[in-house]
Amino acid sequence: MFARGLKRKCVDQEEVEEGALAGFSSIPSYSLQRQSLLDMSLVKLQLCHMLVEPNLCRSVLIANTVRQIQEEMTRDGVGRGTAPQSTGRAPLDRLVSTEILCRTVRGPEAGCPVPDLGDGAIQGPLPELYTVDSAEVPRSPQSSLWEMDSPRENRGSFQKSLDQIFETLEHKNPSSMEDLFSDMDSSYYDLDTMLTGMMSSSKPGLCDGLDSFAAAAPSPGSSCKSDLGELDHVVEILVET
Amino acid sequence: QTLDKKAVTSLILKEIHFPKPKAPTDIISTVEFNHTGELLATGDKGGRVVIFQREQESKNQVHRRGEYNVYSTFQSHEPEFDYLKSLEIEEKINKIRWLPQQNAAYFLLSTNDKTVKLWKVSERDKRPEGYNLKDEEGRLRDPATITTLRVPVLRPMDLMVEATPRRVFANAHTYHINSISVNSDYETYMSADDLRINLWNFEITNQSFNIVDIKPANMEELTEVITAAEFHPHHCNTFVYSSSKGTIRLCDMRASALCDRHTKFFEEPEDPSNRSFFSEIISSISDVKFSHSGRYIMTRDYLTVKVWDLNMENRPIETYQVHDYLRSKLCSLYENDCIFDKFECVWNGSDSVIMTGSYNNFFRMFDRNTKRDVTLEASRENSKPRAILKPRKVCVGGKRRKDEISVDSLDFSKKILHTAWHPSENIIAVAATNNLYIFQDKVN
Repeated sequence: MFARGLKRKCVDQEEVEEGALAGFSSIPSYSLQRQSLLDMSLVKLQLCHMLVEPNLCRSVLIANTVRQIQEEMTRDGVGRGTAPQSTGRAPLDRLVSTEILCRTVRGPEAGCPVPDLGDGAIQGPLPELYTVDSAEVPRSPQSSLWEMDSPRENRGSFQKSLDQIFETLEHKNPSSMEDLFSDMDSSYYDLDTMLTGMMSSSKPGLCDGLDSFAAAAPSPGSSCKSDLGELDHVVEILVET
Repeated sequence: QTLDKKAVTSLILKEIHFPKPKAPTDIISTVEFNHTGELLATGDKGGRVVIFQREQESKNQVHRRGEYNVYSTFQSHEPEFDYLKSLEIEEKINKIRWLPQQNAAYFLLSTNDKTVKLWKVSERDKRPEGYNLKDEEGRLRDPATITTLRVPVLRPMDLMVEATPRRVFANAHTYHINSISVNSDYETYMSADDLRINLWNFEITNQSFNIVDIKPANMEELTEVITAAEFHPHHCNTFVYSSSKGTIRLCDMRASALCDRHTKFFEEPEDPSNRSFFSEIISSISDVKFSHSGRYIMTRDYLTVKVWDLNMENRPIETYQVHDYLRSKLCSLYENDCIFDKFECVWNGSDSVIMTGSYNNFFRMFDRNTKRDVTLEASRENSKPRAILKPRKVCVGGKRRKDEISVDSLDFSKKILHTAWHPSENIIAVAATNNLYIFQDKVN
């Protein structure tokens, strides 16, 4: 789920790096797929709302997935110096690796970059992505997920670009937010702090590629046996008019 | 709301169409037999409950033995609006549970996301006639015309089935109710939402005891929710609840008032070779059911059904693959949200066979003794009258045989989430979106 400009840029980067024609039909690299999964998850956290309270179980599972991706990205980012796991991966890691879900609960993490992933695509050379302002640690959208959104006017607007959203996250004062929500207890969440303008249809090859690396091999056996055998006397199904 | 009892005849494939045209509210959201199997209740997205009753066997029509016909229909829940949160409360019936029958009337609990209701379903086949002050149409009689006193008598009338709400248990759940379970003492029941479980007495509607609370003090730390809960069938102090992390906790209410500490904790260690970003999601348990014997619990997660022995916490004793061919499609299923579908699972009366649903209107049965399994389809197109349902097979890869269906052809919008098994006979009810199928043994 990339913004179009971003994906093209990444593919171009890949082409530049590897000197081969990647093309749109090739399976994106692991880090791109992982980033896509992260973006998809963030979009999902927004989609279910409006009139009915969102499904808390689904939201929790998606949020946990987001956290897993983020943790792995952190690990890869930290351990990148030791052994990159695949060629052409290092620069892309820098491109997409984010600490966007830094949690104030655990304290501001050192080197908390907020990359510009909006429609404007990547601005300038890569190192500029890592402007860190430790005083403005973005409040975890996690917390805002479960608490009630107070400003009513946010409810309707959807089409903010991602960089606006991250700015919003960055600038929110954590303690005041907690004061605001401390006596509220509800099961749905502030959706609009994380709105994204990146709601495009699924990119070709994303899920195929992701499925192939993310999942174990399917079991070789067939999923059902056709002969009823002893099952006959247990259930014989009659269809009557 | 009453409905004259009428027989719904010529049920094709014993499939019962709701009389209204197909609408999103006709989607069946729960199916449950009562304790004798005489009644079958369904709840739908529109808040309606439809109860079917099994026909008495008669010598004249042997092969119409045991058909289920509509017995009662009523509107259990209405849509509501929570003004404080500016949110709608869906009227969809999440669960129905029957109480054991103790007199001529039937009682069931039905719940939506927020409110549990106790309904009494009773028959009226007599009515009093011969009142002194009113005439037969109910109009008041002119006292001047009354010259004698008479005693009203009860005369037979056409059978009428009435459903009346006897109790409303409201305002006890902040989060969405996913389960209700009647205790074996028949005096109490529990209702479980995403973070809390409450214990109720049937007679008291303005109080309930909170027996499980997993809400963290700081909601930022929320990583796990309750997905299902059930009382032990015989021990009224014991219940289990499952979580979105694939764990089951067994609690004993005698240990403490708030069962924060479990008595037993069931979790299977993760298989590192199968680990992916979706591992946690597919491990989330969508249903938990005690066996009739009370010795085992069965859990359903996205790809498997597992049977656990209550005496062994570290792993299940049996694991059945429902549709393992989906393992390589998890990303797509995550994208289209199918990975969050909550399938239920059921035991047969003797605990020897377990059943659960899948996609493409398929449902699966596993014989625990012979280890055989079968895939069947709830669909009118593929079944001829009086024929035995043909087993279906999903082709995983390579050559597809004539009758097989390939994984990519599966229809993921046709999902069987809710099934029920008669408590003592081989009769099953399968809900396929807005159609109800009832299948039973072949009559010899």
